[in-house]
Amino acid sequence: MTASIETGIEMPDNPTTPILELMDVGKSYGNVHAVRGVNITVRQGEVTCVLGDNGAGKSTLIKVIAGLHDYTDGEMRVNGEIRHFPSPRVALSSGIATVYQDLALAPLMSVWRNFFLGNEMHKGILGTLDTKSMKRICGTELSKMGIVIPDLDRPVARLSGGQRQCLAIARAIYFGAKVIILDEPTAALGVKQSGVVLKYIVKARDAGLGVIFITHNPHHAYLVGSHFIILKLGRVVLDEHRDRLTLEQLTTEMSGGQELADLSHELESMDPAKVVAPTQGKAHVAAPELSRDELAEVVAEEKETE
Amino acid sequence: MATTTVDPNQNPTDDRVGARSLSARTLSRPEIGALLGAIAVAILFLAVAPAFREVPTVGTILYQSATIGIMTVPVSLLMIGGEFDLSAGVAVTSSGLATALITWEFGLNVWTGVGIGLVVSLAIGAFNGWILHLTGLHSFLVTLGSFFILQGANLGLTQAIAGGVSSPNLQNVQGWDSAQSFFAGSVTIGSLPLQVPILFWIVLVIIGAYVLLRTRVGNWIFAVGGDAEAARAAGVPVFWVKMGLFMAVGFCAWLLGMHMLFNYNNVQSGNGVGNEFIYIIAAVIGGCLLDGGLGSVIGGAIGALIFGMTQLGITYAGWDPDWFKAFLGAMLLLATVVNLIVRKKADQK
Repeated sequence: MTASIETGIEMPDNPTTPILELMDVGKSYGNVHAVRGVNITVRQGEVTCVLGDNGAGKSTLIKVIAGLHDYTDGEMRVNGEIRHFPSPRVALSSGIATVYQDLALAPLMSVWRNFFLGNEMHKGILGTLDTKSMKRICGTELSKMGIVIPDLDRPVARLSGGQRQCLAIARAIYFGAKVIILDEPTAALGVKQSGVVLKYIVKARDAGLGVIFITHNPHHAYLVGSHFIILKLGRVVLDEHRDRLTLEQLTTEMSGGQELADLSHELESMDPAKVVAPTQGKAHVAAPELSRDELAEVVAEEKETE
Repeated sequence: MATTTVDPNQNPTDDRVGARSLSARTLSRPEIGALLGAIAVAILFLAVAPAFREVPTVGTILYQSATIGIMTVPVSLLMIGGEFDLSAGVAVTSSGLATALITWEFGLNVWTGVGIGLVVSLAIGAFNGWILHLTGLHSFLVTLGSFFILQGANLGLTQAIAGGVSSPNLQNVQGWDSAQSFFAGSVTIGSLPLQVPILFWIVLVIIGAYVLLRTRVGNWIFAVGGDAEAARAAGVPVFWVKMGLFMAVGFCAWLLGMHMLFNYNNVQSGNGVGNEFIYIIAAVIGGCLLDGGLGSVIGGAIGALIFGMTQLGITYAGWDPDWFKAFLGAMLLLATVVNLIVRKKADQK
């Protein structure tokens, strides 16, 4: 096991020590349980993919790990120690960095100021910013990712989505993150830019980081993931290593599994290819007839969403 | 630390974003609009007001500008940090009144009163910051509330303690003379007599500009104003940055309040109302965005200079000073539009 760390060779059957462990973690807002009983183990040199539909509890889970919210049940261990993060700053200093969907970049600030935001280099008794070094390092780190921005004084708002994503990831890695949480990094990107980001995820893994990759795209997840967790309605519904899962299974699970099968069975009895001749006069669409139980269910569901 | 490397051949460089010329970068600086405005105003009054051309006038203009500029420094920083302070105008009066009334009521040394005035001013700033944090309301609302509270308290407490609308005269109290020469004295540089507030102003502008552009706190101020959530996520202590900014407004209100007290020997309890807008307008002319994230301390200082020149220029030119406010409004609109156009042009280059 020790040898595997030293040589940097990936040995999935012989995993390294967990760096971040969530045991039965839950988070409630009043009487709303956003996530319940979540168990996740993040190891160095592994990409843990967390998948889930909108509202499955992915965001809440990130906020708990990143220190934006404290959890209400269970325990979270970092390097074996039970931790509660009072602020993102504490999480960061424990080596957990998060790249948010909105990237946590200040749009009007320059590239290099954003890169060093919260970690500014300074020198002298007056704490003068070491502007020259910061620009140099920022330029080097970005070109490592294959982005060349000639004018680092340019405001971040003028960069492309992929460039901003890479800036945020490069920043997290440069500042010594042990665990890096990527919140839907490919959601807003085109095919080519997604590819760049996915490549960078692999690089981060090979550099010995524990990567948590949050996404709702099973194809992207399967390209880079070592371990997959699917959340649904705040609970873990699938927790499987890559070896015991195919892309088809993952896609099916992700898109609803049994629910999708039911829906497909239901829709099969109808003919989607059927073309109905337009009726004369006013079209009349009748609501499907519901039994009393079904109606009660719909009403309850509506109330819930309110 | 970061040992990752990406083969450059795998990622062809993206050359769509090119470097920008020096002129484009200069023109996109936030203070450029204010600078153009200041030059225009100076040319205007140099042409129409002969008294404007005399050397001693420089000292008078600078003094007039300093009484605005001392407050414009923290107000600009606060606006870059994304917040307003509508109580900044009356807070100056509150500071002078607190010093005068407490010194009078308890028979203290003037310097003790000055110290208490500082504590009161910082507490007002801290109160604004704390209420803002506690309620999560917009600072416009929070400081509108404290503006009225202070305005009422200024009048009410002065009436109750001094029995009038102005603070009692402290000229015979121990410590007055030394405090007066510190806060309201003058120094002669060359043949030019300069009043002390001008020095305060210059020092504040230098400190403010330095903090904003060359320290990590300055980086945090930009970030907090640009996107407070992003700043928090990056590890910036958002609450303390805003708290510090509001307290900086308190500190400068104290400095100016002390000057007012010792320059005029007493403070009128109704003073200061409306000045908050002059500070905000000077900051906006100087390139501060209303919703934060961009601006300049130097720009704010130039904004204050424009007002100083105009206030005096109107008098020297023999115009009716009633028109000053109309000029203020026109200047605000003009400066904002010029800022916008110039920056757009520069960005296209």
